[in-house]
Amino acid sequence: MRRAPLSLRLRLVLQLLGIAAVLAIMLYFTVRTVAEQAAEATQDGVLGAATLAIAESLQGGDSGVGVDLPYEAFSILGSISADRVFYRIDADGATLTGYDDLPLPEEAGVAVVPVFYTRPFRDTEVRIAAVARMLLVAREPVPVLVMVAQTRQGQEAIAQRVAQRAAAIGLGSFALAAALSLLTAGSVLRPINRLADAVGRRGPQDLRSVDRPTPAELRPLVTALNGFIARLRGALNRTETFIAEAAHHIRTPLATVRARAEIALRQSKSEEMRATLRAVIRAVEESSRSAGQLLDHATVVARTDRLADEKVDLAKLVAAQADAFRPTAELRDLTIHHSGTDRPVIVQGDRALIEAALRNLIDNAIKYSPPETSVDLDLTTGAEALIEVADRGRGLSGQAQSKLTQRFIRGENAGDIIGSGLGLTIVAEVAVAHGGHFDLTEREGGGACARLYLPLA
Amino acid sequence: MRTALLAIGVIIGLTRFAAGFTVEEETVFPSAGVEQQRIAILSTTDTAVLKPLIEAYQSRNPDIAVHYTVASSQEVFAAIQSERLAFDLVISSAMDLQMKLANDGFAAPYRSAATEALPRWARWQDRLFAFAQENVVLIASNEGLEGLGLPQTRRDLIEMLRDNPNRFRGRIGTYDPSLSGAGYLFATQDARQSDSFWRLAEVMGSLAPRLYISSNDMITDLKQGTLVLAYNVLGSYAGPRLAGDGDTSVVELEDHTLTLLRTGLVPTTAETPELGGAFLDFLLGAEGRRLLRDAAGLPPIDETALSSGPHLRPMRLDPGLLVFLDAIKRRAFLDEWSAALQQN
Amino acid sequence: MRGAKVVRFLLVEDNPDLAQSVADRLRLDGHAVDPAASLGEARDCLAAAPYDLILLDIALPDGDGRDFLRQERRSGRDTPIIVMTARAEVSDRVNVLDLGADDYVTKPFDFAELEARCRAVLRRRGTALQTVQHFAGMTFNPLNASVSVDGEMRELRNRELRLLEILLAAPERIFSKAQICDRLFSYAESVTDNAIEVYVARLRKKLEGSGARIETVRGLGYKLTAQ
Repeated sequence: MRRAPLSLRLRLVLQLLGIAAVLAIMLYFTVRTVAEQAAEATQDGVLGAATLAIAESLQGGDSGVGVDLPYEAFSILGSISADRVFYRIDADGATLTGYDDLPLPEEAGVAVVPVFYTRPFRDTEVRIAAVARMLLVAREPVPVLVMVAQTRQGQEAIAQRVAQRAAAIGLGSFALAAALSLLTAGSVLRPINRLADAVGRRGPQDLRSVDRPTPAELRPLVTALNGFIARLRGALNRTETFIAEAAHHIRTPLATVRARAEIALRQSKSEEMRATLRAVIRAVEESSRSAGQLLDHATVVARTDRLADEKVDLAKLVAAQADAFRPTAELRDLTIHHSGTDRPVIVQGDRALIEAALRNLIDNAIKYSPPETSVDLDLTTGAEALIEVADRGRGLSGQAQSKLTQRFIRGENAGDIIGSGLGLTIVAEVAVAHGGHFDLTEREGGGACARLYLPLA
Repeated sequence: MRTALLAIGVIIGLTRFAAGFTVEEETVFPSAGVEQQRIAILSTTDTAVLKPLIEAYQSRNPDIAVHYTVASSQEVFAAIQSERLAFDLVISSAMDLQMKLANDGFAAPYRSAATEALPRWARWQDRLFAFAQENVVLIASNEGLEGLGLPQTRRDLIEMLRDNPNRFRGRIGTYDPSLSGAGYLFATQDARQSDSFWRLAEVMGSLAPRLYISSNDMITDLKQGTLVLAYNVLGSYAGPRLAGDGDTSVVELEDHTLTLLRTGLVPTTAETPELGGAFLDFLLGAEGRRLLRDAAGLPPIDETALSSGPHLRPMRLDPGLLVFLDAIKRRAFLDEWSAALQQN
Repeated sequence: MRGAKVVRFLLVEDNPDLAQSVADRLRLDGHAVDPAASLGEARDCLAAAPYDLILLDIALPDGDGRDFLRQERRSGRDTPIIVMTARAEVSDRVNVLDLGADDYVTKPFDFAELEARCRAVLRRRGTALQTVQHFAGMTFNPLNASVSVDGEMRELRNRELRLLEILLAAPERIFSKAQICDRLFSYAESVTDNAIEVYVARLRKKLEGSGARIETVRGLGYKLTAQ
């Protein structure tokens, strides 16, 4: 099994944290080293000065080497830190005064400037400064070596303080960097999240291209995505065009067939022939109906992704459809009863699609109404606009709405199922595309009642 | 009962350090209850002075016995440095020797809330701690100075001595720095503070001064009328002994007055260093400070006393104290001192 | 055909088979039809004679029927136009009505429906396919779908009206049930002979009191006679 790759955010945060940790550790060691070196240099400076001060006080003479330990030299050593102090003055290889076990410097020829070295001494470790001088004793040059030593507790205490401070600085800068890295990760990923949101929020049929501004790095992705969307849209358009063309090419010959069949029917005396012709006409009727619904559906699908956004007056639309269907209805002694408000009822949407839905509803109602009944159109407004189309037909026969496609089966051949089922599908799709909904219920007193709800503008 | 026990303790103690270590006084303060532990304290301070503190400490810790040994500062130093004797706490007024013990690694580090609370100048590292600050003063016999008025500075003192050589000849007392550790410390610190020390030494040298090895002796001679002036006397000794004595005056000279720090350290040789530290904490604590001031007559560490006395110069607890312990330096200083004193 | 008014149709349709069929079918009902296979021909016809109704196809070889529609309405002529569209896109249907078409039918159309729409359009324009007819003391007015007997007006329902039209077209002629059925019902409906008897009975009732009578010719059908 393949492991899911780390999230970008986690990846980014981890890397930034890693860098921050490395920088913080480097900072810690740098601060520590620099500070320790500075502390040592300072300590050495004082130690060297004390050693030199003692060396300055040395005096030659006939009776031997004269030493006058300067009080301040020692006192100053203690002023920086309370460190233990040791000293040793050797003349001509013999210890004159001080601690005769204090370690000597390694090289014999110590210069006039202090030489520093660190040695264990007694129960501790000391930093020693050594200075050499030549003195004339009884007119003979005598080498004198002055050593002053100091424990490093003060310096260690400083180093410890510095280390703590450096650790605090390191931790602080790490914490700061961590916080910044979280912010950075957030801000870097925000465009990606926004893009993902924008694409994710789309409805299943929303095929507009992605046009929100994106950083240059994401542009190839967006371009590719838009190209993909465009191809998909193109494919859908071609399908729609194809269906439209197909419908056109089928309908005209069908019209001819039908016209010829009707003429033949009028002129035929043979009942057998007449029955055949009636069957021909019915078949043509069903084919053209299927073609019409296929076309309607293709149109609905094609238009939902670029829905016309206009104000549609439902009152006018319902009235126009009522008028348009009246001649058809009258042929069967059906009345189209149109009630409800005649004030404008405005919804925002695609007039062509709403009209298609309404037409399918009325068409169905008429087709299934027994003669001399009425098809009732009603338009009301509440929280939403409601178009009601009610008939006195066979009703739903107790079938659930989900199985209602069966209501549209009008023949025994399977090809009809597609065409018939589409009528309801079209209405439902139009409702959803406009943010509304559709239901079909048994009508009180017999028949069916279709309700199309659309949000008001 | 207790007195009887003390007496027994003293007798036992006298025989204990027969070899090379001269003990002045040795006392065992038995525990009030069953003895569980015993503190060994080596000190330059007289038993009588610290007795109230020891007893107060024992009343708090009834299972602890205290073995208190008194010796001179040199002996105390040698007992630790050379003889490596086991004591839990070493108390001494010889700051320089205490400093040398600490510097040379004979003091164990000790840290407690009480030691941390000490001002910086009253401790060195976590090894040496001051628990009393005592001024080094001039005392004078009012009768002997009749008509001259008390000197307030060394300049006053020098002028008074010069102007009245007959009155002061053979009647000035001071420490002999070559014999007394305290005297040497006071003299070297005086010399550091001001050149007037050498002029004073010259003037005193011309007046046949009497040299002492203890403050007590100087006070005794002053009270008996042998001395008119005693220079560099420990004020803590003079105060209690001259209290209510209208015939003598204690003078803190205004040009500078040295302040000696009485210090304690826990030696590395301690068998029970935690007990030594505990007793030190008691000395530094509230009850210890009160008893030091009221019962022992030793002024406890008090920063406000220093800041309100601008003439007071506490001797610094730092390696500078080691300088005058250097054999060559000491010989040179004493030579110079002798020369100044004997020029006439 | 007594009293029946001849309606002149201009049929603009480029498919010759369909044009022929539609023309034949309309002529069968006694209408006059001039076919035009292009917009050019249609304009020629319009220039030569007046028409009662134009049936207009959209896709024509020399142009779009909608352009023709637009020009007609802009030129001020208001001859009723019914658009016959095969494309049947929702937008097309909405469009042609906006452009001034009186109605539209979608190919392939039911002639009964076409007839009904023509009738509705003409009625809106104040013309009728038939003028008022008098028969045996009964006056038939197709414009308001009624018969008057002795000054009493009786409204007819759609199928009663069409049944009367069928019979009135040839009084004394026998129409078989099948003939009547074909013209009265949609071919999509399944109709029993019984259904025709229902309408015949209703129409008889509407004609009571006049001299007009619907006779049942046993085994053959029905005929309208004057008493």
